[in-house]
Amino acid sequence: MNSIILQIASRYLKVLLWSFAVLALLRGHNYPGGGFIGGLLASLSVVFTSLSYSPQKIKNNLRIQPEHYIAFGLLFVLLSVLPGLSGEKFLMEGEWISLYLPLVLTIKLGSPLLFDTGIFFGVIGVVTHFFFTLSTKE
Amino acid sequence: MNVIALPILFPLVLIILLIFIRSKKIAGLISIFASLVLLAISLYLLQLVIKQEVIVIQMGGWEAPYGISLVLDYLSAIMLVVSAFIILTISLYAFRFIKNENFGSRFYVFFFSITMGLNGAFITGDVFNLYVWFEVILLSSFVLITLGNRKEQLEGGIKYMALNLIGSLFFLAGLGLLYGNTGTLNMAHLAQILQDDQQSLLMNTSAMLFFVAFGIKAAIFPLFFWLPSSYHTPNISVSALFAGLLTKVGVYALIRFFTLFFVQDQVFWHNLLLILAGFTMVIGGMAASTHYETRRILSYHIISQIGYMIMGLGIFTPLAIAGSIFFTVHNMIAKTNTFLVAGLVSKLKGTYYLKNIGGLYKENPVLAILFIIPAFALAGIPPLSGFFAKFILIKAGIEDGHYIITTVAILTSLLTLYSMIKIWNEAFLKKQPESTDMMLQSKLGFLDLFPSILLGAASILLGLFASQIFELTLNAANQLINPEHYIKTVLHLLP
Repeated sequence: MNSIILQIASRYLKVLLWSFAVLALLRGHNYPGGGFIGGLLASLSVVFTSLSYSPQKIKNNLRIQPEHYIAFGLLFVLLSVLPGLSGEKFLMEGEWISLYLPLVLTIKLGSPLLFDTGIFFGVIGVVTHFFFTLSTKE
Repeated sequence: MNVIALPILFPLVLIILLIFIRSKKIAGLISIFASLVLLAISLYLLQLVIKQEVIVIQMGGWEAPYGISLVLDYLSAIMLVVSAFIILTISLYAFRFIKNENFGSRFYVFFFSITMGLNGAFITGDVFNLYVWFEVILLSSFVLITLGNRKEQLEGGIKYMALNLIGSLFFLAGLGLLYGNTGTLNMAHLAQILQDDQQSLLMNTSAMLFFVAFGIKAAIFPLFFWLPSSYHTPNISVSALFAGLLTKVGVYALIRFFTLFFVQDQVFWHNLLLILAGFTMVIGGMAASTHYETRRILSYHIISQIGYMIMGLGIFTPLAIAGSIFFTVHNMIAKTNTFLVAGLVSKLKGTYYLKNIGGLYKENPVLAILFIIPAFALAGIPPLSGFFAKFILIKAGIEDGHYIITTVAILTSLLTLYSMIKIWNEAFLKKQPESTDMMLQSKLGFLDLFPSILLGAASILLGLFASQIFELTLNAANQLINPEHYIKTVLHLLP
């Protein structure tokens, strides 16, 4: 499909989808959202761009292969488990640090966020893998 | 005590690593080394269990009935060690045997995800977590069955997947019912609640759903159809892996559930288990004797042998449970070995059909010896492991007055012996049929034979050190039959 409208639209939608994806990922611990939904939104941007050009072309120009996204996702998941190993804690126990930004804002970062990030990348990998397998030839 | 999560975490590290590795050779070497490490970890854990009996960690620090507990007791530790050993031999074997296949190093990724699933299923103390591990095993085994994309593989894979998904559905239904009734999913907490349970009708419904689910996984009569129609399709390394490990997770889950918390309606359950055990043995054995494809014969044999493990659970004395565990250990080792030897034979002759094979005894006497060890072990010939396994079960049967099932068990041994002798006669003794072309002659090096030698040695050693192993399994059985210590350790009720 080579529609100029879609191509232009996808350029703007890409920014929008990725920022929503990251937003969903970050607020996921306490509010609706999270790694899975974020990952779906992010992979939607890849799918949309591929459809408006040609999936084959996009696939050939990928810098990171979908399965490597999955590997990175698993790596993040593994890392999120490890903080519990320090000291007398149990495996998978959450670790939290607070970041005080110069503005009035404080951000709480913890190992659950790391886990969510893992899921985020894992979902991107899986969905784009599905998409490219179904829409391109070997 | 976080160390008991290592059998799950270590394979996860390997999966991540192996995704990036394209070369089959390097992936193979990593997998051999990693399996050695895994075996070392498992042996260390077994030694820890011998010291401390039950080891528990609560994931994330959430106390027992609320969080997920990982529990290591004798049964889990024994299963971990044996499966790590099988995984070591398979990775040695696969190093030589997937060289010419068209799938790349992907085999190893799923090989270790199945390992992770198995280890997870063995050490989890939570029913829903067990379900998750079963799904991990199911999905990765589906990929392994269909690796290579041949038509019959896809056919076998679909059958495998469909029936096992139905099994998972039953599992989930049973789980929901159990949770609805008791409000907990922790195995120890369930055991504590169900000990003095009055509404056994609802419990029996749930127990039956679980029984069907695990029955499908373990391939007991009448739920075994998926096994012989899928196990003969993939690469022989994969078949051997499945034969050695997959059905045994079902047996493990049955033993765990029906000793720990489904213990109310004993008369009904034990009779049911015994009846099905008898049918499983006989029908598996008879079906095996009608086939002439080695992998199919061996697949039906898996079913027949599952009957023995269920029989021990049905008799339900410490001796019988110990026999079941001993038999499972022996069977995992010997069964994998027969598949490996079948693979070696087909490498020499290019086929699995007994009609087209012959004269191997003259050509390759070492291979003949390697076959005869697991074959005799399975049939139960004295110095080997199978004899002691069957002896314990039969002794337990006679002591407890279960004469019919004991007779069936003894007669089934004859059926097993018959099939093994059939393979022996056809493949090793008779002359090579002339109609087949002999173009496929290839030599077997020491590396090809080595995994089989390891397993054969293990079968012999299990026989020689039977009393020590028996003591270990008896400890495991006592722990299963008297689960108070297990329950108290998991729920932190100990002073």
